[in-house]
Amino acid sequence: MKSNSRNLYLIPYIIWIGLFVVTPILLVLYYSFFDIEGHFTIDNYKKFFTPVYLKMIFNSFWYAFLITLFSLIIAYPTAYLLTKTKHKQLWLLLIILPSWINLLLKAYAFIGIFGTYGAANSFLEVMGIGSKQLLFTDFSFIFVSVYIFLPFMILPIFNALDELNPSLIDASNDLGASPWTTFRRVIFPLTLDGVKSGCQVVFIPALSLFMLTRLIAGNRVITLGTAIEQHFLVTQDWGMGSTIAVFLIIAMVLIMVLTGKRKRGIL
Amino acid sequence: MTNNTIIRFEQVTKQYDDDPPVLKEVSFEIERGKFYTLLGPSGCGKTTILRLIAGFVEPSLGKVIINGKVVNDVPANKRQVNTVFQDYALFPHLNVFENVAFGLRIKKMKNNEVDQKVKEALRFVNLEGYENREIREMSGGQRQRVAIARAIVNEPEVILLDEPLSALDLKLRTEMQYELRELQRRLGITFIFVTHDQEEALAMSDEIFVLNNGKIEQSGTPTDIYDEPINRFVADFIGESNIVPGVMIKDLSVQFAGKTFDCVDGGLNPNEAVEIVIRPEDLEITKPDLGKLRVRVDTQLFRGVHYEISCYDQDGNEWLVHSTKKARVGEEIGLHFDPEAIHVMRHGETEEEFDKRLEAYEEGNYEK
Repeated sequence: MKSNSRNLYLIPYIIWIGLFVVTPILLVLYYSFFDIEGHFTIDNYKKFFTPVYLKMIFNSFWYAFLITLFSLIIAYPTAYLLTKTKHKQLWLLLIILPSWINLLLKAYAFIGIFGTYGAANSFLEVMGIGSKQLLFTDFSFIFVSVYIFLPFMILPIFNALDELNPSLIDASNDLGASPWTTFRRVIFPLTLDGVKSGCQVVFIPALSLFMLTRLIAGNRVITLGTAIEQHFLVTQDWGMGSTIAVFLIIAMVLIMVLTGKRKRGIL
Repeated sequence: MTNNTIIRFEQVTKQYDDDPPVLKEVSFEIERGKFYTLLGPSGCGKTTILRLIAGFVEPSLGKVIINGKVVNDVPANKRQVNTVFQDYALFPHLNVFENVAFGLRIKKMKNNEVDQKVKEALRFVNLEGYENREIREMSGGQRQRVAIARAIVNEPEVILLDEPLSALDLKLRTEMQYELRELQRRLGITFIFVTHDQEEALAMSDEIFVLNNGKIEQSGTPTDIYDEPINRFVADFIGESNIVPGVMIKDLSVQFAGKTFDCVDGGLNPNEAVEIVIRPEDLEITKPDLGKLRVRVDTQLFRGVHYEISCYDQDGNEWLVHSTKKARVGEEIGLHFDPEAIHVMRHGETEEEFDKRLEAYEEGNYEK
């Protein structure tokens, strides 16, 4: 009887998962086997492995990798310094705050800042470097992406560092390790789970970015996300769009499995 | 300072920000190869002393000297001491072998040497065959041993132990007390052990420092401290005691509870007001007429080894008695004790003054 009533609570969850997770995935899988005229085909998959799309895959992964890398390089020291401050929760809140603002708003704000007559160029001119083309470059694309994803990288790393038992650092010092060795042998390995989840929550969404590619990178960077959007909205080739989506889903699951939490063992 | 001195504190004060100091001008010497215990209630500064020796904190004033060198600003990783932490601080991402090997790896020791030393250290703490276990698979007592092995494998001159037994249950704790003491004897290195458990301190140490409020109240062998506590705090903190006000009539004669008794103390001013300590186990229950004191039993608790009987004399002083004999609540009994059982404490006497008085008194006696 008890388990029955517990199952009742599960109903909304099951309906939600069914409608918004399972059904869409099945639909995407289904559409991926039809060409633009509605005939059953596996041509979409053949087309996917042509140089045009392979280049797109490479681009997506490369940019996602760069975004993740730069986020990590900035986030780890930031998170480390945050745990050392007196009011760390307040500082953390201030860093998290921008992530509550809509992504599009932030993108438009950056168009203004990086534009020909924007704040960034005025600054460069004052510095004597002179006006530069900032918008629609790889630099601006990665800069804005890192800015947007940074809080998601900081948060898990901050939590991992915050949970680290401080006497482990004392112990490492006590056993003769210099601060750098302590970081390499104790602090970093023990916060690796935080780094992993940070990389997951940055890399996976970065793989399918599409709004920023148009607004900030001016469609010069074509990623898989952009391709899906174009196929569904412009070329109306739902089959090809779905095929890319299937590939992305597989890639994401693989990343999740590979970076998932493993049992702590011998290093 | 003798050649045997390995650690010396000179007027060391430690203060955090504007808070009152945790340590106040503490001076002491630690000799090679002995088992020392820093004993005191929480917040007395005992752990701070340990952290000062380990190098995790720097003294605000004064000198910390190890092996004749002032080490005030030598960082922890450059000091020849190792610590066993209260929570063991074992690295959760490394297995038992790598935890113990950590210090040796830092020294870039060759693999076969590391292997040999780690195995030897694990054998020392009876953990042979546990090399490949993960820390989370080890019990509390085993983790404790890994932590000890991790410290001794580096062959330090001093091992610091910060309440390492407090997380263990009573039986295991007693076992580990024996093991630690035995280990210290076999290794012959200096152990500095921090605890708030007086029984632990008495059972294990060569020498005890009793701390209170950032100061060393008394130092000495366990028997010294137990038999001749210097003041009310030490008498109260170490073991149970009956402390009553009294008057020193003259040498070897003291008055309390309305009567005059023979005792073995002297060197005080005639008719000086003092405090008398008698340990509960030194009081014997007899018939009312045969005892030196006549008291009425108030309560009685069975403690397993003995009965703990609380009595009051006609002046209202409470007398705690530990006896294997049973008494009846409300009954009037006599209490007998030997002159040696009486310990006289002067008000506000420091350890130094106490030693000086004892010396002067003994010399004086000698001349007579």
